[in-house]
Amino acid sequence: MKRIITSLICIFAFSSGVQANAKSDNLIKPPGFADAIETLALANTGNSELSQPKIESEKNNSQSTLISSIKSLDELAGQLITADYVTKKEIIRNIATLKDSRALPFIESILQGELFYIKKSDQLVYRQLLDNKKYLAVSALNGSELGEFKKRKLKKIGINNNLRGEMKTIIATLKITSTDPILREHAALEILKGANENTLTLIDLAISKETDSSINEILMTAQAIIHLKSVDPLKRIDAIKSLEDSLYVESRNALMLFINENKLNNSETSKEEITYAQETVNGIDKLVTLNNVAENIYFGVSLGSVLLLAAIGLAITFGVMGVINMAHGEMIMLGAYTTFVIQQLMPNHAGLSLIVAIPAAFLVSGLMGVLIERTVIRHLYGRPLETLLATFGISLVLQQAVRSIFGPLNQDVLTPSWMAGTFTVNAGLELTFNRLYIIIFSLLVLATLAVVLKKTLFGLQMRAVTMNRPMASSMGIRTGWVDALTFGLGSGIAGIAGVALSQLTNVGPNLGQAYIIDSFMVVVFGGVGNLWGTLVGAMSLGIANKVFEPMAGAVLAKIIVLVAIILFIQKRPRGLFALKGRAVED
Amino acid sequence: MIKKLSKAVGVAALTLSAAMAQASETIKVGVLHSLSGTMAISETTLKDTVLMMIEEQNKKGGLLGKKLEPVVVDPASNWPLFAEKTRELLAKEKVDVIFGCWTSVSRKSVLPVVEELNGLLFYPVQYEGEESSKNVFYTGAAPNQQAIPAVDYLMNQGVKRWVLAGTDYVYPRTTNKILESYLKSKGVSEKDILVNYTPFGHSDWQTIVSDIKKFGSTGKKAAVVSTVNGDANVPFYKELANQGISSDDIPVVAFSVGEEELSGFDTKPLVGHLAAWNYFMSAESDLNDEFIDAWHAFTKNEDRTTNDPMEATYIGFEMWAKAVTKAGSVDVDKVRPAMYGLKVPNLTGGTAVMNTNHHLSKPVLIGEIQEDGQFDIVWKTDGVVKGDAWTDFLPESKNLMSDWAAPISCGNYNTVSKTCAGSEVAGQQAM
Repeated sequence: MKRIITSLICIFAFSSGVQANAKSDNLIKPPGFADAIETLALANTGNSELSQPKIESEKNNSQSTLISSIKSLDELAGQLITADYVTKKEIIRNIATLKDSRALPFIESILQGELFYIKKSDQLVYRQLLDNKKYLAVSALNGSELGEFKKRKLKKIGINNNLRGEMKTIIATLKITSTDPILREHAALEILKGANENTLTLIDLAISKETDSSINEILMTAQAIIHLKSVDPLKRIDAIKSLEDSLYVESRNALMLFINENKLNNSETSKEEITYAQETVNGIDKLVTLNNVAENIYFGVSLGSVLLLAAIGLAITFGVMGVINMAHGEMIMLGAYTTFVIQQLMPNHAGLSLIVAIPAAFLVSGLMGVLIERTVIRHLYGRPLETLLATFGISLVLQQAVRSIFGPLNQDVLTPSWMAGTFTVNAGLELTFNRLYIIIFSLLVLATLAVVLKKTLFGLQMRAVTMNRPMASSMGIRTGWVDALTFGLGSGIAGIAGVALSQLTNVGPNLGQAYIIDSFMVVVFGGVGNLWGTLVGAMSLGIANKVFEPMAGAVLAKIIVLVAIILFIQKRPRGLFALKGRAVED
Repeated sequence: MIKKLSKAVGVAALTLSAAMAQASETIKVGVLHSLSGTMAISETTLKDTVLMMIEEQNKKGGLLGKKLEPVVVDPASNWPLFAEKTRELLAKEKVDVIFGCWTSVSRKSVLPVVEELNGLLFYPVQYEGEESSKNVFYTGAAPNQQAIPAVDYLMNQGVKRWVLAGTDYVYPRTTNKILESYLKSKGVSEKDILVNYTPFGHSDWQTIVSDIKKFGSTGKKAAVVSTVNGDANVPFYKELANQGISSDDIPVVAFSVGEEELSGFDTKPLVGHLAAWNYFMSAESDLNDEFIDAWHAFTKNEDRTTNDPMEATYIGFEMWAKAVTKAGSVDVDKVRPAMYGLKVPNLTGGTAVMNTNHHLSKPVLIGEIQEDGQFDIVWKTDGVVKGDAWTDFLPESKNLMSDWAAPISCGNYNTVSKTCAGSEVAGQQAM
């Protein structure tokens, strides 16, 4: 009874033209499109039902006929609350076939998990968070406010992965007419994924309208994949031809399927086609191999850049000053936590806060470094074993301090949207943006540091002090302060590394421990006291790791690299680029 | 002045003696969870759960007319230290029961000590099975209560190719061995299974994720079964999202990722990935609401999440309390038999039963990660699943069963040869 009343209200609301408050996508619907979409959605209905769990599909039959007879969005939507996943799929497909401009935003809201219902009254709502931690429920069907509710009084319209995939395809087919080329490209890729005979009309139509060449290429690929199954041999040959050098995985899969299927029937024509298809596959495979090599090198360089970031700071504190600083990892951790705190302070600016965090992390870790140097390390110069133990102690203190202040749980550092996603080189090779930025960032940090060391007065004093302390002192350099600032600089750079690492890994009390060994490895391998050596060391370790990993697995790759370094150090104890001169001898 | 002072001393002495008298009148409960080191992230929560349960039990008047007294020690994520601290708890503090451990390696380290000193340990975490000790009650899931139902669910969803990704230690290795043999028994061929191990705390997942992507793009539906542990999960999921793998392309089902672990994630890119547990915070039941409210009140933090090992701790504690009442004593040899057949309501509805193999019968749930870090339950077993100490899918343990009740009274009874192999062999086989 209640439900009938609800749906009556809804029908009334809709007929009076109130729009659901979702995003509008500037859809232009040329005549013919709606029909194509409708036939597509209907044709899809019989598809892929076997992939459902048995328990659900049993009770499905009676309901599905019922649902296909309903023709209004409001009634269909009302069914969502009680439906199981199979029925939900049915309902959503039917909503898609409705010639109703509200269908798309409605389906999108389900996909985004924005559609809720009030447990008590079974009304479909969107929710808005209020200041008093309660939620304002707004009817999804007519936009009216239905009052405030506690979080657990509203229940989400649940979806599962099958449904999610289905909805993505439906939305894609609806969006292929969008004016926004990015949306269209996205839609085209979704169509390519699910290309079958039913989508052919839609694809043909879309190709005739499409002006963007890259989107057209995707659609043509989808078309060719479907044409492979055509009865017309000319069409098939054309299809194979247009799939040449196509790096979309779907192309290769479709060709392989074509070869395997046609091997069964031995007609003369198909033999030629098979050879042709096989040649095309071989051609694609060659390109894929090239892609894989490029990808592996990229992974290696990216791992190298992370090692580089972690090790640059140590290259100063250990490399230049000779302090075995076991608390170096904790400086990285402090930098990462600074990023977290800055982000908490500016909650709505994930991107900006990251940039602000760079100088802030430098200051926090740098000041902590100066503090440690002045209070502890200063008294221990020339006693490496004591320094090692003392700094190890400091690292434990810092870890536990962070654990006491922030709790033992990892903190959630947001990734700004410009760091997410991939940079598409070609259809088979995509480089992740976050890694790309970190590679650039690490090189920038290295370059800046090199300039500071070579071109500034502080750099000059620093080098003077490390080369010959008594001489520098007698020239009027305050060696004590230079020591403190040098240590602060190294620590500060570790802090900057923490900002970058917060984007890749956990921000937790143990963050630093994961990088301390690697950092020492890089510095020792590259040559103590040499920035250039640190760069080459980090990159070669990164690439070596990634070359071995696909062959030997992650665990063994690490071991191989470690053993290689040990052997290398036996041969060249001073690392790749050893400093020469009198200063090194003692 | 002196009078006053002596009076004060007298009062102090009185209260002191009263306190001492009371101390001997309490039941001591040992809490053996790491409060520092790598595992602190997970185990601190369980320590708090036990403390909360003790507090609530004391509000109800304690047990057998005595108050419960927690004895908290910190084994600091250091496996040998777990054994030392257990000895301290049992021999020095004379605790009547221990709630503790998380990793399998810590449990293995504690095992000989509890057996030697005849202690009682409640272990609340999902584990790889292949073990049954007279002195341990396993309230977490055995592989057949987590891994196998999860794989069944995915198979029903049409998954044909499998990536078994795990951290390189005993739990993932054993679980993957069981799963591999289970998948093969279901007709999955060798080339459709990809097994991959990574070190603890692995953070560079680029190559592995790219391999998974290639493995999953051959046209057959693929899924990842992840036994990746602890911290390594965040970078793993981040890399999946970055390389554009969404849950409807290649779903990841994880056995070590719960609400607590997700609290360190930006879960937006993870929506739709799966986890298999016996409990989710989002489960709808009055008992669960009460438990969550109590937890929020205890921690004074409305945002704290609850998770599966917490429920396992809850069930274990409630059962122990019931068994003590039933036995009328805290003596291990009396409490142990009293445990068998005990029923305690699950937080998700229904009841958990303690079996004579020291494992629970519990329902299995599959949940999908939501944007708010909670799980949406998408599948649930019809009834309860009985925990199996020795899996049926490995040749070496196929014929073994555990039954600590008379007449068998054995942790690894061979049903074919009708003999009990004893604890020595059990330990070796478990490795």
